Amino acid sequence: MIAAMSDSAASDSVARLSLSALFFGFLKVGLSGFGGVMPFARRMIVEQRRWLTEAEFLDVLSLSQFLPGPNIVNVSVIIGRRFQGVAGSIAATGGLMLMPLVIVLALATIYGQVAQIDAVRNALNAMSAAASGLILSTALKLARPIGSVAWQIGVCAAVFVAIALLRAPLLWVLIVICPVSFAIAWRIRG
Amino acid sequence: MIPPVLWELASQFLVLSFLSIGGANAVIPEIHLRVVDTEHWMTDADFAQLFALSQAAPGPNVLIVSLVGWKVAGIVGGVVAMLAMSGPSSILTYGVAHAWERFRDAPWRIAIQRALAPVTVGLILASGYVLTRTADHSWAAYIITGVTLVLTLRTTVHPLWLLAVAAVLGAFGLV
Repeated sequence: MIAAMSDSAASDSVARLSLSALFFGFLKVGLSGFGGVMPFARRMIVEQRRWLTEAEFLDVLSLSQFLPGPNIVNVSVIIGRRFQGVAGSIAATGGLMLMPLVIVLALATIYGQVAQIDAVRNALNAMSAAASGLILSTALKLARPIGSVAWQIGVCAAVFVAIALLRAPLLWVLIVICPVSFAIAWRIRG
Repeated sequence: MIPPVLWELASQFLVLSFLSIGGANAVIPEIHLRVVDTEHWMTDADFAQLFALSQAAPGPNVLIVSLVGWKVAGIVGGVVAMLAMSGPSSILTYGVAHAWERFRDAPWRIAIQRALAPVTVGLILASGYVLTRTADHSWAAYIITGVTLVLTLRTTVHPLWLLAVAAVLGAFGLV
């Protein structure tokens, strides 16, 4: 019932979302953050332009996280599809990736010219130390919700040991751990 | 007349596209394993520097993939790597988006989400660990990683400031 209502609420605004609105909306998102843009996507889609309700966005987000692929790219594919089908997905994803790709490749080209200079190399080495700290903090923030569930801590630890310490190939780790994790989640559901 | 290295690059990231549950940040160790250890396309230091560059540019965190592609085969390589990383997963996402909406409250769907959450966290923690091991070769570097971690968790300071301060310290040879 609630699902049906939110579907019809969303479809009311569908007609008004053009390909160019999708393209430029996601273009703005692509340029708004550093090292990840998901919070800005939520703000634009839910708060500023009201393309989706908060609940609809969370739904899109959870699917994007569960499927393989860059999460924000999956979000743009799903939202583009919802309003304009294949063309909408291409417009949204193209808008999202175009400028960041141009900028990062321009930066890379400059980096290629100056990478031999000692000061530049030292600066980038120090930046990579800081960048490691950033990604560790991302992981710890994500870990908060699972912090009190014993079996989830166990799964998390097993993945960490396999990938970080044993350097096992990701494919095999996923093949072994995902079914085990699902079996536990299924047994204690509800 | 497509250079073989482009095919190689594309095939590596086409596979990674299907493995990247939890997004680009979750597959950093696997990318490192493939491009440094298996293919010998770059050194540890190159990889760590490219990751730092990707954090200093605006946009999604998947940009690290295009930087790896750039290092291997220039600008074309950057574009090819990004398309290969995003293409297969996007097609899959497009295909299942409708079914997902229909099974909104299905028990198996909720179980899958609960099952994958800790996998994702474990993968991203592993990314942080592998990057730290790859990037940090001095006490000063470990201190920068630690201070960045604590400040991002405890304050709302913008990550770019932390990268900038680290860059300045590094440029003056203090790290």
